[in-house]
Amino acid sequence: MITLHYFAGLRELTGKSQEQADLAGKTVDDLIEWAADKYPGLQQGSARVAINEEYALPTDVLEDGDNAAFIPPVSGG
Amino acid sequence: MKAFEVVSQPINPQVYADFVLRPEAGAVTLFTGHVREWTKGVRTLYLAYEAYVPMAEKKLEQIGREIEEKWPGAKVAIAHRIGELQISDIAVVIAVSSPHRKAAYEANEYAIERIKEIVPIWKKEIWEDGEEWIGDQKKKPEGEKG
Repeated sequence: MITLHYFAGLRELTGKSQEQADLAGKTVDDLIEWAADKYPGLQQGSARVAINEEYALPTDVLEDGDNAAFIPPVSGG
Repeated sequence: MKAFEVVSQPINPQVYADFVLRPEAGAVTLFTGHVREWTKGVRTLYLAYEAYVPMAEKKLEQIGREIEEKWPGAKVAIAHRIGELQISDIAVVIAVSSPHRKAAYEANEYAIERIKEIVPIWKKEIWEDGEEWIGDQKKKPEGEKG
């Protein structure tokens, strides 16, 4: 299983800060497609994906036990 | 304290300035970023910051490493506060020491620019008539919509 994390506007859009999903073996692109299908509007925020707390490439593959986070455009400072 | 941290309590900037000070430093720059009341004509009541804390602290550490590579001899400490912040509260503090002042100034500005690019922290502005996560979709003043 993969643990998915949602923050800021995406947390409000999905109504949850995290969830489990059976996406091991899928790519980051697959993950984004899966999430955008489940949560319409998710892709409009042009979020990046981080795997295990590091920014990931669209072709990176998810492994069982990974933490995948949707990172909306950041606005710290 | 840690040299690179996300905190939920008020920030005391002196702690970070003291942390980077050492005998070989001839300069310390201390930047504090504060909650601003007016942004493009829109009045903010207060801000709420949220972070992906473990990743945010890793990314702050990364910025510290980048600075030590770009400006050898510089030492850095950065803290960002999350939760509800009131007008004028300190949201972020960046302390840089270096043997000479130019590096301390430059590295300090570099740090805030990088924070705004790569550190997973989000700001929500709460106004009299609404609220919005900044970065997702910026609110524009009346007359500048679209």
